[in-house]
Amino acid sequence: MTRTPQGAPPIVTLTDAAKHFGPVRALNGVSLSIAPGDCIGLVGHNGAGKSTLVNVINGGLAPSSGTVEFAPAGAQTALEAGIRSVFQELSLCPNLTVAENLRISHTGLRGFNWRKAARTEMAQALDTVFPGHGISTDAPVDTLSIAERQMVEIAIGFAPRGAQARLVILDEPTSSLDAGIARQLLDHIVRFCASGGAVVFISHMLGEIFDVATRIVVLKDGRVVEQRAAADFTRQGLVDAMGHVAPEQADAPAVRAHAHGAEVLRSPEGLNARAGEIVGLSGLAGHGQAEALARIYFGATSSWRTPRAAPMVFVAGDRTRDGVLPLWSILRNATISVLPQIARRGFVDRDREAGIMAEWKRRIGIRTDDVANPILSLSGGNQQKVLFARALAASAPIVVMDDPMRGVDVGTKQDVYAMIRDEAAGGRTFLWYSTETEEVCQCDRVFVFRDGAISAELTGADITEEKILEASFEMTEAGQ
Amino acid sequence: MIRLFTRYRILLPVVSLALLLGATFYMQPRAMSYFGLNLLFNLAVPIALATLAQMMIIMVNDIDLSLGAFVSLVACVTATWLNDAPLVGLLILLVLVLAYAAMGAVIHMLDLPAIVVTLGMSFVWGGIALFLLPSPGGVSPDWLRALMTIKPPFVPMAVAAAVLIAALTHLLIMRSGIGTVLRGVGGNARSVGRAGWPVVRLKALAYGLAGLFGVLAGMALVGLTTSADANIALRYTLLSVAGVILGGGEFTGGKISPVGAVIGALTLALAASFLSFLRLSPDWQVGAQGAILILVLTARLLFTRRDAQA
Repeated sequence: MTRTPQGAPPIVTLTDAAKHFGPVRALNGVSLSIAPGDCIGLVGHNGAGKSTLVNVINGGLAPSSGTVEFAPAGAQTALEAGIRSVFQELSLCPNLTVAENLRISHTGLRGFNWRKAARTEMAQALDTVFPGHGISTDAPVDTLSIAERQMVEIAIGFAPRGAQARLVILDEPTSSLDAGIARQLLDHIVRFCASGGAVVFISHMLGEIFDVATRIVVLKDGRVVEQRAAADFTRQGLVDAMGHVAPEQADAPAVRAHAHGAEVLRSPEGLNARAGEIVGLSGLAGHGQAEALARIYFGATSSWRTPRAAPMVFVAGDRTRDGVLPLWSILRNATISVLPQIARRGFVDRDREAGIMAEWKRRIGIRTDDVANPILSLSGGNQQKVLFARALAASAPIVVMDDPMRGVDVGTKQDVYAMIRDEAAGGRTFLWYSTETEEVCQCDRVFVFRDGAISAELTGADITEEKILEASFEMTEAGQ
Repeated sequence: MIRLFTRYRILLPVVSLALLLGATFYMQPRAMSYFGLNLLFNLAVPIALATLAQMMIIMVNDIDLSLGAFVSLVACVTATWLNDAPLVGLLILLVLVLAYAAMGAVIHMLDLPAIVVTLGMSFVWGGIALFLLPSPGGVSPDWLRALMTIKPPFVPMAVAAAVLIAALTHLLIMRSGIGTVLRGVGGNARSVGRAGWPVVRLKALAYGLAGLFGVLAGMALVGLTTSADANIALRYTLLSVAGVILGGGEFTGGKISPVGAVIGALTLALAASFLSFLRLSPDWQVGAQGAILILVLTARLLFTRRDAQA
């Protein structure tokens, strides 16, 4: 791979950049410089700070401390410096045509005949990256397949757009592309870097990273833990660098002692669970875990004739979106799941409601003086406890949890772990999606998801961060 | 066949209008004339302009519940100030357009629900209108009256105006660069913002355009009716929403069609005349108009569902 001389000034330089969201240190002092010709493979586990780093580089987030400098001198914004990002979540306007989408990001397209210019540039951009793509520049984006949309987005990222793309950040660009198209993209990245451009490449396919990257940066807990030429890494070494060195075993074995009952659940993709079992769903975020849970949950509960006692309950991780009823009191938030069971002739039995609340307040340790206070008066962790109380107070035998510990403090986590073990010992089944390995290690059995399918099933002593990482990342060669 | 309808969304509104027009001509062959067409579509011109105003708002994923009150207010201003002191009148209308733009900016900056803000503003517009013109009256400026009753050769004014308005808005919204970006705001505001566009200014522009078309609608209405009333156009709020949807637009996602919206407005105006030709009692007309609307929307839903299955 040709590299430009070492003397070329860097396109962007981060010096000790940090980004904090409240108490969460998403990025914890990263120094990184990207020069023309660099192709940087960025790897890390969930929450390692990859997306935050990308957003700091492209100017989407201002660092809490440290500096981000763009060259050439005088470029104030990342856009001016020729830095473009292609995001994992699709960021095209679906109601516009392919060529019109180029207009959104290319303000230089003006004048009476801008459409013709946009069509030409878009067609050229697509032809350069994906020869033989077969996408019409006049097609509305919502008529394209997901892969085609991703191709358009990548092509727009590399398109000249009146200047020159100098650094293109690709966040999981191949996740929805098939092998042949992905190969075209990787070839283009190599060509682009050889001609003096730079690329930051994020992927869960380690084969792809090794194919294109000249340098690999490993992020962990918001820090750069390793930064070396790609040739100096082995695959196993890379996985080891991403994970913790010594997983804590805690008191987990004791939990796994009890025997499980009969199988209570089996989904088409191969997920199954037995009574009294804690089943974990793991893997990189966004690889179909939440969707699998939603399918299972809605499949079991959303029908016209709801039984009085639902067969499953749900604990939301995204509290504001699918958990908390913000205008209601703590009491009402917690007991809404049991109302049908404690109703008398269709009316709420206030005394029983208060009794259930008092019991769960004690068992789960919700810190409040008065359960009639509004739910938003509680801290995030305590709100989450109320959601747990809501789910566990219902008698449903299966509890579905969608990353329920998001933004929950350590103390609360320990409380909740204990309670989950307790309930599982009592015969309840838990389906637990988590992005944190520590939580997954609490489970009896773990399914690792990759690209919307189960890539591994781990049990007992096999549940280690290392094994999960191995299954989360594609280890085979790209393009096979 | 189904493919064709989902591929070219404009077909369904066109076919609806053609069917309704055919039925009207069948019921009342005398309507098939220069004079008859003008009568049928006369009141469609202000409705078409109001529909386009509503379309500008729906284009950026909002909805405007104050449009009817706003058009009424403009009508009152036109029949009083614009007639008595044209310069002051123009100035007032300009301020009204700017007020709309400011409303858009505020809605975006404070992240307020447009449906609530516009509902509140409808009472403000209504109050000012009553203040200007406590009882029905006022006089249309002569030039406006002349403009709205002009008799071009071959095609009646109403049809010519509808075609002209549709063509101009199509150029502005569907063909021009800025129109494309405005539609992009409806499609994916975040990515538009990420590409470096000031979304708040774009929203203000969309609302400002809505204000402009609202002003034109009010003026056209006074040109036709020759006088005004503080409640003259209250039903335009819902008519305009119906027109946009009838014309192939959607409530979210920036999917709109100016030509479709004008056709939708014409269809709504024609539906009223058609029901009179059926000698339907006026008591039933509003309901029957709703039934036509439901019919067309059902057809559209069926087409998209079938296409999704295929």
